[in-house]
Amino acid sequence: MQTFQIDFSDSKPKRIVGIDLGTTNSLVAYLSGGKPEVIPGPDGDPLVPSFVCFPPEGEPLVGNTARRALPLHPLATVFSVKRLMGKGVGDIEAELPLLPYRVTGTGVVQIHAGGQVRTPPEISALILRQLKMNAEAALNEEVTQAVITVPAYFNDAQRQATKDAGRIAGLEVLRLVNEPTAAALAYGLDKRKQGVVAVYDLGGGTFDISILRLHDGLFEVLATGGDTHLGGDDIDNLLLKVAMEDIASEWRAGIEGNQEAIQLLRRAVIEAKHALSFVPVTHIRFEYGGRRYERELPRDVFNRLITPVVDRTLQPCRQCLADAGVTPEQIDEVVLVGGSTRIPLVRDAVARLFRARPHTELDPDQVVALGAAVQAGVLSGEVEDQLLLDVTPLSLGIETMGGLVSKLIHRNSAIPASATENFTTGVDGQTNVLIHVIQGERELVRDCRSLARFDLKGIDPAPAGFARIEVKFLIDANGILNVSAKELRTGKEQSMDVKPSYGLNDGQVESMILESIEKAEEDFQERQVREARVEADTMLAAVEKAKNNDAYWDLSDEDRAGISRGVNELLLVYHGSDHHLIQAKIGELNQSTMALAESMMNAAVSNALKGTKI
Amino acid sequence: MTCWQCGLPADALFCGGCKALQPPPSGYFEFYGFPRKLAIDSAELQRRYYALSRQLHPDRFTRRSAREQALALEASSILNDGLRVLRDPVERAEYVLTAEGFAMPGQRTKDVPPELLEEVFELNLALEEMRSGDASARPALETARSHFQSMLNGADSELAGLFARWDESGDRAELARIRGVLNRRKYITNLVRDVNQALQ
Repeated sequence: MQTFQIDFSDSKPKRIVGIDLGTTNSLVAYLSGGKPEVIPGPDGDPLVPSFVCFPPEGEPLVGNTARRALPLHPLATVFSVKRLMGKGVGDIEAELPLLPYRVTGTGVVQIHAGGQVRTPPEISALILRQLKMNAEAALNEEVTQAVITVPAYFNDAQRQATKDAGRIAGLEVLRLVNEPTAAALAYGLDKRKQGVVAVYDLGGGTFDISILRLHDGLFEVLATGGDTHLGGDDIDNLLLKVAMEDIASEWRAGIEGNQEAIQLLRRAVIEAKHALSFVPVTHIRFEYGGRRYERELPRDVFNRLITPVVDRTLQPCRQCLADAGVTPEQIDEVVLVGGSTRIPLVRDAVARLFRARPHTELDPDQVVALGAAVQAGVLSGEVEDQLLLDVTPLSLGIETMGGLVSKLIHRNSAIPASATENFTTGVDGQTNVLIHVIQGERELVRDCRSLARFDLKGIDPAPAGFARIEVKFLIDANGILNVSAKELRTGKEQSMDVKPSYGLNDGQVESMILESIEKAEEDFQERQVREARVEADTMLAAVEKAKNNDAYWDLSDEDRAGISRGVNELLLVYHGSDHHLIQAKIGELNQSTMALAESMMNAAVSNALKGTKI
Repeated sequence: MTCWQCGLPADALFCGGCKALQPPPSGYFEFYGFPRKLAIDSAELQRRYYALSRQLHPDRFTRRSAREQALALEASSILNDGLRVLRDPVERAEYVLTAEGFAMPGQRTKDVPPELLEEVFELNLALEEMRSGDASARPALETARSHFQSMLNGADSELAGLFARWDESGDRAELARIRGVLNRRKYITNLVRDVNQALQ
């Protein structure tokens, strides 16, 4: 007999939003009637700067307010945190002098700002929480599920850190989508039906190149490449260095170590960089401590300065073409993503390399978020004719004898992908086996990225080589590694400990979630109560005003009593914290004023008709 | 087999009754619905890959039960792993050989096929000269590279012939021959890689 499953608990499917968690700016978008739309924040700006400021008092500031606070509280403001996701302190040493905040830590980076110590996923979670709140305010419903985009070239630790950030912010991350792939979705390039597309994505902190084949709504990634530490920030740092050297010689006193001055100067060079995308010459203007610095910056000087940065994007592009097995001539379309692709030199370099004029119709700052919203629609079932088939950007391997890497899953393999490997013990009585998992293309472990160490433990003591443990490595559709192991003789699941090299363990994430979820729920509840009260205020004011109207006094005593009962009941629950109750009482009061409203309407109509010739 | 969800008999990827995804077959040929042959219609393979991707990708299962999501993840990984193995003649042959109980050498095979002993000895001398900075070995290495490249091409056409013979007869002796060619091929591939590195 056939059975039907009916789910009473959740009749209306939850909405899934799409989030671009960027180095410089973050955005949230949703699918509105089949079309992706970005959601503006309370200030009307859809771009939420990825800045978090911990002021001396009160809640952390996020977005535009935090960015404005940077020169005021340079030691309390965190920006470009995406560059630290899934990294260790050793990875970022070179740029530390230019960052106003201090970082420490042996595994996960700890950021010290404004007397607070937070990990990168926690800072990112504050940004995500702001986007969640913006979406909730605009859509007037709770938002708990999201698609978040990541650079295609993000490794496992960086992806996991992003997913952790979502969880800490109270978001169920249903899918991590690669930014270039999302951009391709946003352009709806499937209208071509068939074709090969290159997506060149140069953002604030990361560079990605992806080559896709389109096939009747399937977006099949052929190859991807990039550099997770290359972007507009590097250009800013170059300009900053030049300006700082200038200032040191002009003023006979440098501003090194003065974070307030450095951050003001950073803002000045960024303004000059932006201007040069539209005018051939501009000026860097900076004032500090009563002294002025001004320097003319023509575009050709700027171009010479940044050529090394632009050139660093070209080698990954050529490698990606080779990996995809296509020639530049076979590329039908090129899509530009990321604010740094506004730079004319970048556009020229891309056009030369791919021999195609790049697409720029969509705002490069918004295109990724728009694509994330389309992907959210794919997951919710709203979009049925499109599907992403993505790849893993880096090879996955394990350490073998002599510090060599044995590759299990090669880069550019379509995901989900898996590999199994059998392990045994090497000495008599051995009860655990250690597996070191790495990501990277090089032959030696020390040249690759350590992901995690898995300790297969509790193996029954037996002669060497007796145990047969099958370990399955599976990269899921988010590009994140899942490892499981079983003892082949018994068929039992093999227990293991996981020690991520640069990530948070589950316990750490859990406690961060507990801290912030309580807050997030409080926030949401509080806002709903506030909104209900505003509605109640409007209602009560209208009733009060109606008492001046003749119609009120024409009502039956019973109707009038009903209205004052409704007003009193609403006032009773008004200061409570249950917005459902307030809404219910507003509804009841509304019901009891029906007759009043009707007679007021009639009076108004007949008044209006008086003196009108019919 | 019966459906894990509704109990009806289920012999396809999806239950005919409740449409639930079923535990997928783990063998690549069975999964793709191809006979266990070494020759394969690659256009048809690609067509089935696209069609199955549309049905099995985890994105299609976001609103389904945890059990079905896990099955979709498993099925999609077999789909992708299977395409990688089946579309490449060498990987496909190694997959069949392993399933038939033949041991395959690892990634860094050091066993020199006997017929190549002499050539490899001379090549190694030239490689050492080159690496120690003696550029006079370059022409010898370039000659060796094109020689080994043509040996690779020869191995590929030899494989195609052996594939057809095994598909016809199912004789294990053919598989043993295939393994011999695969070992030689892998060894030569590594040599070509070493020569390319030295010449760079």
